[in-house]
Amino acid sequence: MGIDRQSLAAEFLNMLPSDCVIYREEELIPFECDGLSAYRKVPLIVLLPYTTEQVEQVLKHCHEKQIPVVARGAGTGLSGGALPHEQGVLLSLARLNKIIEIDQDNRLACVQPGVRNLAVSEAAKAYGLYYAPDPSSQIACSIGGNVAENAGGVHCLKYGLTLHNVLQVTLITIDGERLTIGANGLDAPGLDLLTLITGSEGMLGLVVEVVVKLLPIPERQQVALAAFDDVEIAGKAVAEIIAKGILPAGLEMMDNLSLRAAEDFVHAGYPTDAAAILLCEVDGSEDEVSEEIMRVRQILLDSGAREVRTAEDETERMRFWAGRKNAFPAVGRLAPDYYCMDGTIPRNQLGKVLTMIGEMSEKYGLPCANVFHAGDGNLHPLILYDANNEGELEKAEEFGGEILELCVAVGGTITGEHGVGVEKINQMCAQFPDPELETFHAVKAVFDPQNLLNPGKAIPTLARCAEFGAMHVHAGKLRFPELERF
Amino acid sequence: MSGDQDQSSQLQANIKDAIAEGSSLRLMGSGSKDFYGRELGQQRVLDLSGNRGIVSYEPTELVITARGGTPLDEIEAALEANGQMLPFEPPHFDGKGTIGGAIAAGLSGPRRPWGGSPRDLLLGIKLLDGQGRIMSFGGQVMKNVAGYDISRLMAGAMGTLGILLEVSIKVLPKPAEEHTLIIDRDQHSATRLIGQMIAESQPLTASYSLADKQAIRLACNHQRLAAIRQKYGLQESTESSGFWQQLRDHKHDFFQQPKTLWRLSLKPTTPLELTEACLQEWSGGLRWLYSERPETEIRSLVERQGGHAVQFRNGDRSGDIFHPLHPRILGIQQGLKAVFDPHGLFNPGRHYSDY
Repeated sequence: MGIDRQSLAAEFLNMLPSDCVIYREEELIPFECDGLSAYRKVPLIVLLPYTTEQVEQVLKHCHEKQIPVVARGAGTGLSGGALPHEQGVLLSLARLNKIIEIDQDNRLACVQPGVRNLAVSEAAKAYGLYYAPDPSSQIACSIGGNVAENAGGVHCLKYGLTLHNVLQVTLITIDGERLTIGANGLDAPGLDLLTLITGSEGMLGLVVEVVVKLLPIPERQQVALAAFDDVEIAGKAVAEIIAKGILPAGLEMMDNLSLRAAEDFVHAGYPTDAAAILLCEVDGSEDEVSEEIMRVRQILLDSGAREVRTAEDETERMRFWAGRKNAFPAVGRLAPDYYCMDGTIPRNQLGKVLTMIGEMSEKYGLPCANVFHAGDGNLHPLILYDANNEGELEKAEEFGGEILELCVAVGGTITGEHGVGVEKINQMCAQFPDPELETFHAVKAVFDPQNLLNPGKAIPTLARCAEFGAMHVHAGKLRFPELERF
Repeated sequence: MSGDQDQSSQLQANIKDAIAEGSSLRLMGSGSKDFYGRELGQQRVLDLSGNRGIVSYEPTELVITARGGTPLDEIEAALEANGQMLPFEPPHFDGKGTIGGAIAAGLSGPRRPWGGSPRDLLLGIKLLDGQGRIMSFGGQVMKNVAGYDISRLMAGAMGTLGILLEVSIKVLPKPAEEHTLIIDRDQHSATRLIGQMIAESQPLTASYSLADKQAIRLACNHQRLAAIRQKYGLQESTESSGFWQQLRDHKHDFFQQPKTLWRLSLKPTTPLELTEACLQEWSGGLRWLYSERPETEIRSLVERQGGHAVQFRNGDRSGDIFHPLHPRILGIQQGLKAVFDPHGLFNPGRHYSDY
């Protein structure tokens, strides 16, 4: 092994403009990690093509020379999906950043992968439309990355994930062939390959164009903020809202540590003595929203909320949300480092899971703040640590791993929206038995038989799982023996 | 319910026998969509309707898990009792239909643009594959990005990749009231008006359009309905409340013709140069057409507009029923077939002649 950086650079300089090829060591450093900075690797070379044709050429060349390719969007991913390969090309799609078309009548936008998530909604605003998925990194993250990770956000319960809002992608295969997957209508012929591509973490092909659905901007949005003295009661209030037939546009929970951090950071007006708060947003026509927000308020009070406030005006509504949307950086101010988890659980397990996370927090001696997409069961525990303290990163990782295994044990999953990447690859072994993992590898091989696209990510080898399993079954005992296995 | 039964082991044994014998199988639930797809050879029928029963349903989680052979009626009754529904409004056609069949066929009813499709709502599966392996993909939670999304790949695969032993589906609250209004305009201007109503966030849940008769379904109370009627100049419908169900199940008069019925999927506003009448649903995104035109003419007409055509009912069932694929995409599909069903057991040729 061992491809020479200089000669590889020369090969790419023959096919691409010189500013597309980055190969000097010091210029490669900024690309050594994505949003998960605990993992770093310097790529052999970084390529920043301007056009789809250039992407095709690069892939053809890499295929011919058997060079691994890691795709990168905006680099905001939280699972290390865009962690470079030391013997490979890091292919940034950031310069493919044009909005090609907005089709007002059919409420579609055709965009290149480097277009930022929020930029789609900004461009669509003139037509009274917006793009629904809104991951909290939406200012910076790109649509291509959203497709690769099947990104979510705070409005998934009502409006779905990226998967539900993408109709078609243009995919370049590892050998440089351009394919259209999906259609402009609501379905496409053949097997639904778009479901495989979405969320495939750049392991099946590279997406160079995306057709997304746009929705009409609702006439009005209103949010209720409810304070609770007990997290479990807050969880039950969520179930009660759903049971009453209400489908909120957003339904978010924050525990005391995270809401205090958010309050200190953005002064959102949160009651800092509450054990938990719920934010429940409804949207629609003026009348609908007025009626529904009153129902929500009553349900929350009946469910045991200590106090319920509705936003007085748009400024206050934005302020209520600012606290939630800034929860990660806010918690980040509490400690030198934090580690963000992304499990999903059945909502009715919330009380149990939070109690057990609390116990783990004591065991590891590391604080943990919890932010919860309560509507869809997606839990983001944020583990606080200091990487400068010997062994603390490892402790945080082990704590995180234990949380994810707990999510699986209660019938959930290790990742709701951030992806597996390199970060959760060991926990994949806890979630999937060997036949499922073999199937994943076989599916990848259909698209990429030589395993050149983002190799080593997302799907662990069976050997790795055997090793990981041996490490985790202490004295023949599984973790959480008291829980029923699903 | 009486008759609930988990036949996983028995079906697994059936698969192992079929592998040993080198035979192939025709998968069958209730047979309500037996007409759909390419015609099969003389395969042995593997009856999946005995593997039935709701496994779990917790209304506040908005998820139902049921065995593949569970009748749609049974699932819909359980949901109805809790004010919920299957958002994709699956067709029952002859009044039967199983949940496994509904997912495998991938078909949705009139609510589809607003409620989603089987693939949109499918959260997880327990799959029996062509090697006799029972595997679980996805789960019972709304958000799950661990591993490739194998469960959703099964929606619309026509049973060619495996047997859906169990499916978990997202359900939604059923609207408290739904009403039908008539648009007294020609098809073209009605389609434009429907587009305008959607852009203005009116609570549509279905649309129907044929020649000079156009109708929409709205989920709202009487007060809002009156306001909408006035704003857009629409009329109250005299149709019976079963109208949308007849449309969903193709019991509507339009669907009783003996000719070849085409299903066209397009962008809603796509113009088509056709003299024949099209029945439109999904605000124009779904069009039903009876035509004697050659297959190639219909396909190329639709393909030029970025859509696709399915020869839905009648006509020659031995040729292409579903829209022909780009050779590389067909190759990928054959590759996937080999992953899930390497011995070619399940419904050979029902989707495409190549697998």
